[in-house]
Amino acid sequence: MDVLAFLIPVSLGLGVMGLLAFWWTLRREQYDDPEGDAERILRTDYDDHPAD
Amino acid sequence: MSSTDFQPGLSACPGCDATALATSRAAGQARQGDREIALSLPTMHCAACISTVERGLLDMPGVSSVRVNLTRKRATVSASPDVTDEALTDALSGMGYDAQPLDQATLGADSSDRAARDILMRLGVSGFAMMNVMLLSVAVWSGASDATRDLFHWISAAIALPTIAFAAQPFFTHAWRALRVMRLNMDVPISLAILLAGGMSLFETANSGEHAYFDAALSLTFFLLAGRYLDQRTRTVARSAAAELAALEAPTALRVTETGPHTVALKELALNDIVLVRPGARIPVDGQVETGESELDRAFLTGETDPVVTGPGATVRAGEINLTGPLHVRVTALGKDTFLHALADLVSVAEEAKSRYNSLADRAAAIYAPAVHLLAFAAFVMWMYITGGDVRYALNIAVATLIITCPCALGLAVPAVSTVASGALFRHGLLVKHATALERLAEVDAVIFDKTGTLTMGKPALLNTDDVPPLSLALAAALADSSSHPRSRAIAAAAKGRDLPKVAINDITEIPGHGVKGTWDGKQIALGRADWVGAEGEGTMLTVSGEPPVSFLFEDTLRTGTHALLAKLKARGLPVTLLSGDTPDHVSAFASGLGIEDWRAGVLPDEKAQVLEAMQADGKRVLMVGDGLNDTAALALAHVSIAPATALDATRVAADIVLVSPDVSKIEDGLRIARSARSRILENFGVAAVYNMIAVPIAFLGFASPLAAAIAMSTSSIVVSLNALRTR
Repeated sequence: MDVLAFLIPVSLGLGVMGLLAFWWTLRREQYDDPEGDAERILRTDYDDHPAD
Repeated sequence: MSSTDFQPGLSACPGCDATALATSRAAGQARQGDREIALSLPTMHCAACISTVERGLLDMPGVSSVRVNLTRKRATVSASPDVTDEALTDALSGMGYDAQPLDQATLGADSSDRAARDILMRLGVSGFAMMNVMLLSVAVWSGASDATRDLFHWISAAIALPTIAFAAQPFFTHAWRALRVMRLNMDVPISLAILLAGGMSLFETANSGEHAYFDAALSLTFFLLAGRYLDQRTRTVARSAAAELAALEAPTALRVTETGPHTVALKELALNDIVLVRPGARIPVDGQVETGESELDRAFLTGETDPVVTGPGATVRAGEINLTGPLHVRVTALGKDTFLHALADLVSVAEEAKSRYNSLADRAAAIYAPAVHLLAFAAFVMWMYITGGDVRYALNIAVATLIITCPCALGLAVPAVSTVASGALFRHGLLVKHATALERLAEVDAVIFDKTGTLTMGKPALLNTDDVPPLSLALAAALADSSSHPRSRAIAAAAKGRDLPKVAINDITEIPGHGVKGTWDGKQIALGRADWVGAEGEGTMLTVSGEPPVSFLFEDTLRTGTHALLAKLKARGLPVTLLSGDTPDHVSAFASGLGIEDWRAGVLPDEKAQVLEAMQADGKRVLMVGDGLNDTAALALAHVSIAPATALDATRVAADIVLVSPDVSKIEDGLRIARSARSRILENFGVAAVYNMIAVPIAFLGFASPLAAAIAMSTSSIVVSLNALRTR
């Protein structure tokens, strides 16, 4: 059962990472304009050329 | 297609084909000292629209940042103070988009946005905590024992207790608020269950107990927060749309000073200021005409369809529409003294009456909360007696009872349905403003309509086009072309597309408040009010010198869907009443044309309210549909009320639901959806009741394990949510 000593912190760490990611998306107002964001991803402005 | 060969796609909107290079999320960076302008862009619909608008506006000098919100069809612009709203809207109409500046103060959607985000954060935290604790719980349920089980329980406690303290706060505060005034609401049993589950589980963990309910406490919090969030979002969407309607009418007036007319905010006006009202504009204040002659459309205030002549010395009221000539109006009343404000007071009284309406959820909570507490207490007492005083065991069972009966399904039953229903109504062009309006709409058993502006457009159409000699129609149309009076527009519209003789008219002049005259073939011709053109009788006439006058008859054009609406209401067996402030002649012709038997004409605003009160005293639940200020009192008094979006702000405020669609038959769809929603809510309560009937005896007899609680709770929540999706 020694493996628990690794697995529990790992699973908790993953959970916390997910939570932080969610917190970040919320802070960046990513749920304010779902329709617009869905359309923006189809624009060609961003991928005309690779980022410099 | 590789990403490099950019091709403008085919699209249906103007300006969509433009290339765009805006590269940051919010195009541009806001600078210091900029002002924020919100613009409504109702025709925007695609990705290219976003690019066109953002880039086009950013190219304007002085504009530093543009952010388009496609969901709300709105753009927020930061620009230096010398960029006017008009410059922006002009630029946008050049790109092919209708734009309207929105009044930021009226909009004020920030606070509800923040509330929704706050609940979303709590929902997220409880969701992540729930999943992690559930992982550990699964291990315990599948047989972890002794030290391992205790360790898992301790880790669960470390995650669950802080999460509960943070995420369940809304329930605690609401429950505390209710308890302080000695009342029970749904949040009291919720809070009690969460707190007891947490506390009891901690005690069990400390004593190496077998059962811990941390996962139950967390999933309870999670599901109920989901219900709260749905509730909040539904209302925010409707409220922000309603706020946008109000913000479209920025309260401004044209104040005349020595340097000419200037646009000022209504609240900056003082008594005895002179205000210029251009033809086609709405009069912003109560006042007296100083100079100018014109005709006024009073339909909003009284329901009359015929324009009223006005001139120097006449009294005008805010809300009337100036039709023909420019008017200079001296302000005689402001703010609290205006007629509009008196109406607003009336509305606030009625609003209070509506807030006392007991919603289905309230009624369910009133039965449910005491029942659950009694049950849990009974379980405690019974097991104390059976076990001969084992407090820990009895308390364990009482807590299990509380958790398993906890209103997961009940908490989701109403919000899930009203979210689906409000969404469906929104797509049909109906904005539900009031929280309980949907339920009240489902109970309606009588309908009262206003005529002008509600069932009709409030715009005249020529009635006797075929009876007028073609030459007269051609002359009238040629004269009418130069005027913006609604009747002129109606004549011009009727003449369009007809094969009429060509006529050439010279010296066309419009006399505000009277008509249009000119010369044709060396003869004087005039189109206008009968007494002005020199003819006997009433109404609009065309005279050619030396010939008998030709009369033009008008009727109000019907709104789209009026016939369909009345037919559908009849099929449903709902009695329809027509109350109009218009003259009996107009109303009786109108009512018989539509097959409405119960109508009254010349009704004063107070009488509308009285008729409504009398009907409600008879036990009728009346739906009032109206748009005028004369309907406001009746709208506020009615069981539920609908106002079209073309109504004045004061009227829309009084109504529970705003009809944004131009098609009135959508009202019937609204009734159907509301009734469907009501039966879904009742079904969901049924599901919750059946669930409790099975779960309670199990918990009561002490057979409920945390696993059983988790399964039962999730199943009932899912069943209820799925059932809500059937609303249509």
